[in-house]
Amino acid sequence: MPDVNAIANRVAAATPPSLGRAVRGLSDRSIAWLFVAPTIILLLAINIFPLIWTIYLSFTNYASNRPNRAVVNVGLKWYQDILGSPEVWAAMQATAHFVFWTIFFQTLIGFTLAYLIDRKFRGHAFWTTIILIPMMLSPAVVGNFWKFLFQPQIGLFNYIVSFFTGIPPSSFEMLGSVTLAPWAIVIVDTWMWTPYVMLICLAGLRSIPDYIYEAAEVDRASKWRQFWSITLPMALPFIMLAVLFRGIENFKMFDMVVLLTGGGPGSTTELASITLKRQAFEAYRTGYSSAFAIILFVVIFGLANIYVKALNRVKQR
Amino acid sequence: MRPGQPARKRWPRWARRGLLENVAIGLIALGVLMLVQPVSITLYSYSFVTVLAGTLMFTIVSKFPE
Repeated sequence: MPDVNAIANRVAAATPPSLGRAVRGLSDRSIAWLFVAPTIILLLAINIFPLIWTIYLSFTNYASNRPNRAVVNVGLKWYQDILGSPEVWAAMQATAHFVFWTIFFQTLIGFTLAYLIDRKFRGHAFWTTIILIPMMLSPAVVGNFWKFLFQPQIGLFNYIVSFFTGIPPSSFEMLGSVTLAPWAIVIVDTWMWTPYVMLICLAGLRSIPDYIYEAAEVDRASKWRQFWSITLPMALPFIMLAVLFRGIENFKMFDMVVLLTGGGPGSTTELASITLKRQAFEAYRTGYSSAFAIILFVVIFGLANIYVKALNRVKQR
Repeated sequence: MRPGQPARKRWPRWARRGLLENVAIGLIALGVLMLVQPVSITLYSYSFVTVLAGTLMFTIVSKFPE
């Protein structure tokens, strides 16, 4: 075994004297701070400072296209305006419609797929990879190619609907109709993110020990009974996790919907984040949009708290 | 305190983390529902305050002992 003192002496001899003196003068705590400081400074500059600045701007009349105008404190005016505005309320409802139905379909289809994949049939690894492909694509790419798929003249989607229902393909327009456009964005998001929900559910299903099913078999429990009494309750924390995660993500949805519909027709698919972007970078109401951003931030932060709590429950299992 | 007598717990039962965290989560969920419901704009107006109260409460009570 090498002599530790000899190694320490060799390292000390190889260390430049100035560095050695500087480090010897610092306590362990100071050295630790020295290593952590760059990350903390970066975090403060990129995350914390913009947040505090946004909170400050939300109480002022600042407009980014008029930087030389005197900045006046307006108090809670923007918050009152936003929380009394029927337009923002409508955007929140559009967001709720989108979030609710995407979560509903993604959970239903995702759990079903996970349940089937968990059966470990021949070629299940291949099919798992195929199912995961939409999740790996960029939302910009997905938005653009679904725009083509939804084309009433050349789009494949309309032809498939026509094949099954007999409705002429050019008689309806998914992205141009007030009633169909909110469902079009639900379909695309479901297509893209169901594999993600499936993965989480699969992790939940794989975490159930086999001996529980064996005990149920001994007790002559039917497959149906096993599903309701073992599979579903034990996978539920994972399903909850997927629901919360997708809920938070979809509450912030922007890119894919902008590429698909741009918030239209009219404002039927104008989600909260699209309204925020329009106020900030089209109307240049920076103070107003800052207040709106803070409202959305608090809501998402609140939902994230629920998410953390659910995560802790999963960890305790 | 007499020997043999159980130690008196300093933290009140009602102020324990589990219960208060659930109340905070309830407030957040209620606030989010008020924010997105299509029935009353008055409920919508008070939604942010409700979510904020729940979020602040959760942040504070999550430091409480179990």
